[in-house]
This record gives sequence, C-alpha cells and structure tokens, in this order.
Amino acid sequence: MNDDKKEIDKVTGRETTGHEWDGLKELNTPLPRWWLYCFYASIVWAFGYFIVMPGWPVLTGDGWGASGGVIDYDQRRVVEEQVAENEARLDPYKQAINTKSFQQIKADPELFQVAVTGGEIAFKENCAGCHGTGAQGFLGFPNLNDDDWIWGGSIEAIHTTLKHGVRWEADDDTRYSEMPAFGADEVLTRGEVREVVDYVLSIAGRDHDAELATKGAAIFEEQCSSCHGAQGMGNKDMGAPNLTDAIWLFGSERTQIYQTVFYARNAVMPAWSERLDEATVKQLALYVHSLGGGEPSDVQDAR
Amino acid sequence: MLNPDIQTLPNAEDHPPGPVDGPLFAATKKVYPKKVSGSFRKFKWAIMLITLGIYYLTPWLRWDRGPLAPDQAVLLDMPARKFYFFFFEIWSQEVYFLCGAMILSALGLFLVTSVFGRAWCGYACPQTVWSDLFFHVERWIEGDRNQRIRQDKNQWKLSLIAKKSLKHSIWILIAVATGGAWIFYFADAPTIFPQLFDGTAPAMAYIFVALFTATTYLLGGIAKEQVCIYMCPWPRIQGAMLDDESLIVSYREDRGEPRGPIRKHPKDGEVTGDCIDCNACFNACPIGIDIRDGAQMECIHCALCIDACDDIMDKVERPRGLISYDSFANQERRAKGEKERFPFIRTRTVWYGVVIGLVSAVMIWAMLNRADTDLNVLSDRNPVFVTLSDGSIRNGYTVRLLNKSADARKYTAQVNGLGTPELRWTTGAMSNVLSVGPDDLITARLFVALPPSQLKTVLNDGLAKGTLQIFDIDGNLVAEETMRFQGPKK
Repeated sequence: MNDDKKEIDKVTGRETTGHEWDGLKELNTPLPRWWLYCFYASIVWAFGYFIVMPGWPVLTGDGWGASGGVIDYDQRRVVEEQVAENEARLDPYKQAINTKSFQQIKADPELFQVAVTGGEIAFKENCAGCHGTGAQGFLGFPNLNDDDWIWGGSIEAIHTTLKHGVRWEADDDTRYSEMPAFGADEVLTRGEVREVVDYVLSIAGRDHDAELATKGAAIFEEQCSSCHGAQGMGNKDMGAPNLTDAIWLFGSERTQIYQTVFYARNAVMPAWSERLDEATVKQLALYVHSLGGGEPSDVQDAR
Repeated sequence: MLNPDIQTLPNAEDHPPGPVDGPLFAATKKVYPKKVSGSFRKFKWAIMLITLGIYYLTPWLRWDRGPLAPDQAVLLDMPARKFYFFFFEIWSQEVYFLCGAMILSALGLFLVTSVFGRAWCGYACPQTVWSDLFFHVERWIEGDRNQRIRQDKNQWKLSLIAKKSLKHSIWILIAVATGGAWIFYFADAPTIFPQLFDGTAPAMAYIFVALFTATTYLLGGIAKEQVCIYMCPWPRIQGAMLDDESLIVSYREDRGEPRGPIRKHPKDGEVTGDCIDCNACFNACPIGIDIRDGAQMECIHCALCIDACDDIMDKVERPRGLISYDSFANQERRAKGEKERFPFIRTRTVWYGVVIGLVSAVMIWAMLNRADTDLNVLSDRNPVFVTLSDGSIRNGYTVRLLNKSADARKYTAQVNGLGTPELRWTTGAMSNVLSVGPDDLITARLFVALPPSQLKTVLNDGLAKGTLQIFDIDGNLVAEETMRFQGPKK
C-alpha cells in the first residue's frame, strides 16, 4: 500500500488507518477537536500546576520531602489553621465553662448547649472505648444512662469521679475502696460464699434458696454490711453498690455473683485530669449528667 | 470469502459518498432580522413589557407578615430554608408545593401549546424576550438588516468597531441588570440593593450576579437562536402536544404558489400565486429560517413573518394572511373546499383542562389543610432502652416541634398508648408545656420510663407503639406522631 495516499473505505466513505487484519480494515476516527484541545490544555495546565503547587521532591533534613511550590501551599498547615481558628472561636466558651459553676452553666442555655455538645465529642473520643458510644456500658463498665451510681450521680460527684478516677493510684484523691476477695483470701469458705450469694439474691428479689439465704444473712451482717449497709443498699462514699436494685455491673446470675464475692471486683478508671483540661472534664460531667440518670445537686448555688 | 453477503450489504449502495457523520457543530449562520411593524410586533412589545416588569418589580413588592418575618412578598430565604409567596409560606420539607406549582406550570404549557402552538416560545420564554431585546439594541446601534450585512462584509472600520463595542457594552449592561435583579429574590431587595454598590453585599451575591450576567450575555446576546435550535429540549417535546388542529404560524402554500415576482407584462401562460418571493418573511425571521419551507422544528412561532408579509400584501394590494396562524386540518379543509374552523375545545385540550383542574384541586386542598404545627419524634438508638434501678425500662426521645405560624405558641404534649409511664422532659422543655417562638422550632428531650409492673402488659415481644399528641392552647389536637417504645424481649 502506498503510504502517501489515503485509502478511502467504500462503504462508509471514510479514511482508513491503513491497518489491516485478515481483510478487515480499521477506519480512521480521530478524536473530536474539542476533546483534543482540552487534552492539550490539560498538559499545559499540568506544567503550571507542577510549578505553582507543591510537587518537586526536595531533600530536607528529615529525608525526602516535597517543596511548597511557588505559593508554598501545605494542606497540613491549612488543617492546623482551621483547627486553631475553631479553638479560638470556642475559647470564650471554654473560659466561661472553666470559671462558672455547674449551676451557672446550666442557667445559660447557649453555654450549656456548647458544653453538652463538647462533652459528647470528648466522650466519644475518650470514654466510648469502655462505656460505649451511647454510654450504655458493658459487663464491668457501668451504664451511664441509668440512675444507679456507684460513686454518686450528682454533677459534682460525677465531676470528682472523672477528675480523679477510680482506684487510680497515681492520683492521691482518687475514688478508692477495695472489696476483699472473700473466697480467694480464705476469709470465707466456699460454702459460706454460697450462702451469702443466696442472701444477696434474696434481698435483690431474685430466685434463691431460702435456707441458704437465712444462713447467709448472718455472714452478710458480719462481713459485708460495713460497706454495703445493713439492708444492702450500698454506700456511695465507699463506692459500694446497692445490692437490692435491678442493676448489676458484674452480672446478676448466681455464678457471676459467686465469682464477685469469691474473687472481688475492683474496677479501675483513669483520672482524666491527667489527660484532659479542666473545661473538658467539666463538659464531660455535664454531658454524662444529662444522659437521663443524673441526680440533683446537693450543692446549692450561691447565686 | 467468508460470507458472500458481506459483498452485497443491502444498503451499501444507498450510502451517500463522503463522511456519514458531520462535524460536531454546525457553523453559525449569522442572522440579521429586519425591523418589523404590525400587530404581532406590538403584541410582542406588550408581552416584553409585562414579563420584564414582573421580573424586575416582583422583589420590590411588600407583604406584611408581622414584625418577625420578612416583609418581602416573594422571597426564597435560603439560610432559613423558607419560601415566602404573598399569603403563603413553605418550609424546606414542604417543597412538594413547589413541585405541584411546577407540575401546574408544565400542564399549563401543554394546554397553551395544544391550542395556540408554540406561544410560549414565540412570546413569553425568557430566551425570546431577552434575545428580542438584544436584537433591538443591535438594530438601534448598527442599523437595520441591509446596513448590518453590508458593514460586516466590508473591511472593518473604526466606526464599526466603535459601534460594536457600544453594542456589546449595552448588552453587558442589560445582562448585569438581569443578573442583579435575580438575587433580589433571595435576599431583602431594599437592603441588598445599596449593598451591591458599596461592596458590602455577601460574596455569594456578587458570584451570582456575575454568573447570571454571563449567562444572559452569552445566551441572549451571543447564542440567541442557537439556544432554541440546539440547547432547548422543548422544541422536541412540544411535538407531542401539537395535533392537526393546533394553531401554528404557517405559509399558505395553496394561495402563494407558484411564487413569482409581479411582472407588468407576464410571460405567456405564466400564472403566479400571491407570494411575490420578496423574502420579507425570511428577512424578518430571528431564527433565520424560511417559513415557506413548511412547519419546522426551528420555528419559534413569534409571528414576525406574519407582520412582515401582511405589510407586503397591503402594498401589492393582495389580501392579508398569506402567512398566518393556521392549522394542518384547515389546510386540508380548504383543499377539500370546506370552511375553516378553529375548534379550541377538543379531546386533547379537554383532557389537559381536566388534569389541570385535578392538580389545582389537590394543591388548593393541600394549601388549605397545611398544618402550621409539625412534630418529629426520634427514638434514641444507642442505647435503645435503659434499665433503671427499680427495674423500670426507660426510652429516650428527641422531640422536635415546629411552629410555622407568626405567633409564639404554647402547646401541651401527651403520651398515649404506653400504659401509665413516668415522663420527664429535659433540655428545651421542663414540663409537658412546650413554648415555641414564631416561625421557629424547639428540640426537647423526653424520657419515658415504664415501671416493671406494666412491662408485661404494655410490651409485646419487647416493643410497644404509642403516640405523642400535641394540643394547642384551646385543647385541639394539632399534631400526632408514633412513639416506638422498646424493652427487653422476654
């Protein structure tokens, strides 16, 4: 075939590329002009973009990095600026939360809204790992929506618990109490543990063996009532749970209660004042208190 | 040969020589419409005045809605997601009213099209109104058809450059005025008007002014008839609305043909029709087509060729109406020697009327029954329910109450169908009396706790469905919403 001469396909009347496979020929279908020009324009644009925006690899002290380009653009810096801007915007609220009492914060609907929303965010970042994203808790990790509070459910009590943690040894003011491992430490025999478990089941209003429970009552009086109270109603100053209610942090089954009495349960929560600033801890306290089980304050505002 | 049929493709011989597909764009043929005077031209002026008047004046109309709501009669308040239209107001969730209005407009367009043909295209379409306006400016500055053709053909002179620059400047001014008026529908017009000039208007306002300036200038000034021919879907769609009785601008071939000039001494045997082949109709056409070629998709039915032809017919003392509003059916009737008829009431138009009536009835019913209180109840999903120390099961709800009226209102809430639960309102409302400001909404939290004694009777497989009812101050039920109450499946 002569290369100089364009071959025209008879059927369509169009030029062919000159390529031929077993008698089949390929029609020459050039790209639409507009498409081609856009493509060329993109190439030109790419050069400009490469120069203006960060792109060239440069050797820095930390190894290979990218230059800032002509305009010295940095996405990381943009994010940091936006974060700083937002923090500056929230700063007056944080100052107010820091200086005002909980009662004063609650009296200011806008501030309260900011505090609860900020508390929710801080909760999901710091607390949800143990307490769940809805603060619903898990076995051994309290549900914060309910009205059963081991260390007190007033906003001030929640604040103290958050700030200093529970059994967090690094904090001198931490909530502290220690339940003895009655079985493991051989304070009680296995039989006695079983009796006391049935007594606990009886005061909780659950299925129990009346005979064992009667025997257990005496042991309870002797060993448990100092913390959990004579009626088993618990003591928030000691962090001793109420044993008569429907909420069981470590399970309400006979075997679970047996395990609790035998080995004891001493759950730990970090002191959040070590990691979070005071305003955030206060916001967390307000959020947790607003979940539905918060108890009224015993502190009267002087306002 | 693998298959002998390939040699003789059935249509191979029918294909015209040369490329089968043309270029992507048709080359623009510049249109130089000639100035026309006549009744249709006057009618077009009137329509232009009315439509532009509506466009420019509407945002300045005021409507008193009390001290807390905007007093602009027509306002699309984007930040507040509210649309005000004189006596009527909708919130974003009621956008179906706009949808209904659009359906009505479409049906109205169908009806008008089936009766009068493309009356919308010819008179009222913004593209027609603005490009007509731009043509007038062009004619006013550069002169009429013949002068403009001559000028464009000759070498460019300084005077022509000056004229063209002036024309484009005025076009851009019109475009700025168009784009500028657009944003008055989205903000308080008297407030934003001075702001636009002293530079204090929001950036978004300038962006939209620039956008609509650009589109007006490009579509109305530069693209003009190209928009109607290539961009607009309506010419393609409207074929479905037209029938043989629809009025369309048509050339009466039976009267006009064979066309030919008037000769003082006609050749022997030469008989000519009424058309003197003066091309006045073609010269007047803003689209650049010849109406004598028959009904065409490109024709916008602006009727300017009717005016142009009637003018000529008067001069040559022949009856008017060689080009006129006519229908296919009438052409056939005349060919058969029957009388012309224009039956506007036909099955098609009746059906369009009936559908318009139905849609209007539904719209009016919806408008009259539009509740000015709205309620949303969202059950907490995490956790779904909470067990309290006395064994009660508690569910949490987020209640949103919308007051769409212009007055602050007090409502009373009541929970039904969930036994006798303990209710606790927090955040947003401290009791079951809910106060909502005018044109506002509140978000309140509601905790519903069911004592253990009622769990068995109220819950069915861990689920109960109650209702939250909202009563106004006179004790009328104004809103109601289902409340799902969930508990343990035992």
